[in-house]
Amino acid sequence: MTDAIEGTDATDLGTDLSTDPSLKVDYAPADAEHPGDFPYTRGIAPEPKVWVMGQYAGFGTPAESNARFRTLLEAGVTGFSVAMDLPTQLGLDSDDPRAVGEVGRVGVAIDSLADIEILMDGIPLESISQVRTTANSIGYVWAALFVALAEKRGVDPNEFGLFIQNDVLKEFIARGTQIFPPEPSLRLAADCIAWCAENVPNWTPLAMSGYHIRESGSSAVQEVAFTFANARAYLDECLSRGVSVDAIAPTLFTFLAIQTDVLGEVAKFRAARRVWARLMREHYDAQDPRSEQLRIFAFTAGSSLTAQQPLLNLTRTAIEATIAALAGVQTMHVSAYDEALGVPTESAATLALRTQQVVAFETGLTETLDPFGGSYAVEALTEDLASRMWRLIEQIESQGGALAAIENGTFADELADAAYRQSLAVEAGDKVVVGVNRFPAASEPLEVFRVSPDVEASQVAAVRGVRERRDAAAVEAALAGLREAAAAGDSVMPSTIEAVKAYATIGEIVAVLKEVHGAWQPSARF
Amino acid sequence: MAAEREVLNSPAGQRRPRVLVAKPGLDGHDRGAKVIARALRDAGYEVIYTGLQQSPEQVVAGAIAEDVAAIGLSVLSGAHVPLSERVLALLAAEGAGPEAPDGERIPVVVGGIIPDEDRHELLALGVAAVFTPGTSLAEVVAGFDALCGVRTAGTP
Repeated sequence: MTDAIEGTDATDLGTDLSTDPSLKVDYAPADAEHPGDFPYTRGIAPEPKVWVMGQYAGFGTPAESNARFRTLLEAGVTGFSVAMDLPTQLGLDSDDPRAVGEVGRVGVAIDSLADIEILMDGIPLESISQVRTTANSIGYVWAALFVALAEKRGVDPNEFGLFIQNDVLKEFIARGTQIFPPEPSLRLAADCIAWCAENVPNWTPLAMSGYHIRESGSSAVQEVAFTFANARAYLDECLSRGVSVDAIAPTLFTFLAIQTDVLGEVAKFRAARRVWARLMREHYDAQDPRSEQLRIFAFTAGSSLTAQQPLLNLTRTAIEATIAALAGVQTMHVSAYDEALGVPTESAATLALRTQQVVAFETGLTETLDPFGGSYAVEALTEDLASRMWRLIEQIESQGGALAAIENGTFADELADAAYRQSLAVEAGDKVVVGVNRFPAASEPLEVFRVSPDVEASQVAAVRGVRERRDAAAVEAALAGLREAAAAGDSVMPSTIEAVKAYATIGEIVAVLKEVHGAWQPSARF
Repeated sequence: MAAEREVLNSPAGQRRPRVLVAKPGLDGHDRGAKVIARALRDAGYEVIYTGLQQSPEQVVAGAIAEDVAAIGLSVLSGAHVPLSERVLALLAAEGAGPEAPDGERIPVVVGGIIPDEDRHELLALGVAAVFTPGTSLAEVVAGFDALCGVRTAGTP
């Protein structure tokens, strides 16, 4: 150590900006837009707040996932996300012949309320700010399951936050777990949104999801524009039932991808907030400012991860998490470095959470809001993206809206075109992917997480046990009530809650609705 | 289009056989399957895509009905072993399995996130080739060419 330099303020020594008490929340001149000002380009609140750190996890049986959630809670997550296996997402019970080989594979297998009780065992609901789920086609069932769980535990469901993806329209565009044709799918999603807005306003009954659209090859503009076009379909459906926009919009989140394009992505998040605020004010006449404040859940892009040299993914996700911090998001997920290879190992999942914690607590980015505000580059990019998003949303609307674009395949075709162009660009070396088409090197094979082969048998036995133990007449009556509500075009929420409380399985509930609505038919276009 | 042909090393105008690109099982991720379908089409193949959520029975019935020269299965859900096993068994029942003689056999190619161990298991089951995230489009096309007996001017 050297002696103090003469004339230097002693408080400057040994400090850096991230711990400097003189660091300001905002440096913009008085007449500029400030964080918390309409149209919220610079953020939805005037004061900084560390985002909710929720990690996506789940595999195998409910008991195995429960153990992983407890580990994550001990490691300091403030929310978590339940990954479900594909049979669950598609409304097939674990003993359905179509579920063979898929039970517990990409997420946890859930068949009935009995599984939710095991999944959440020993986890105090009221201590968790956010339980996310990837329920889309079965969003209304997930809402019902947590209503039933809260009732059994004597907890007010508004005491915790359930975050249901429930964006079934984007399943047709990108994620592929649709069950019913588009129109009844939209109505079921709206049943859940409207019921939650009226009964549990602390829940998020819809995460307007652009993430999967981007992952399927879209540009940043398409990601946001397609997502908001879908959002308009849900809003319009709910408004047609007499629910006010100010009852719904404040409960929503948007769910967007973060790729490694630093300036473009910061500008995208800023532009999305600006466009949403304008949409709510100009098209929906929202009166509550919270309706105009777009809450963002940012998720590091799975497509930016590589199976080759997988440790490089740590670098990529750290950059992406930094982008989300710069953009001022409300909740974040960082992918594990081994996620391009399968369900993350426990150590990789913990490392991903630690990445968020380093960005949140060591970089100083949570002290000053929207530090890129006023930058020539980022402001120009923001304005450019926002005006292109707006034009595309208007164009989709003028051509019949999201439902028409889904039914005639426009969205899917645009994404397939874009994905193919990107693959060709990677192949030709025009788009650089380190470790893949530039600087390739042999890498040691990683230890891959393996789901136990016994999961399927044990889950099949569990669901059969539930069917034997429950009151069959009560299940029958509840399912009859559900069939009647669906056929009459009424909301299915009340009867679904009754059905799950009677331990009807998700497969049984979905089968009843399939009788009424029919099944979605796959498209052979590519 | 010229650039695409160059990338895929496809001799212009050469006609290649009919193949089926399939999404068996419940996995809804079809970005990769559609990219492969387009790459094969641009290389001159006649490509039939099944669409999502197909059972192995539907895949095999489609392959037989359309008299395809090869089947490409795309699986990203981790269920590649049981799904491939079922498809191969159903093909064998139709006399088109891995043991069938040349001309009757319909080779099955699997693409997806396949751990190394599973690759060996799939090949042992009779899968003709396994393509993983490191495989280039040109390599996929060359793989189909080899299985379908397509002669090319030279593969990269």
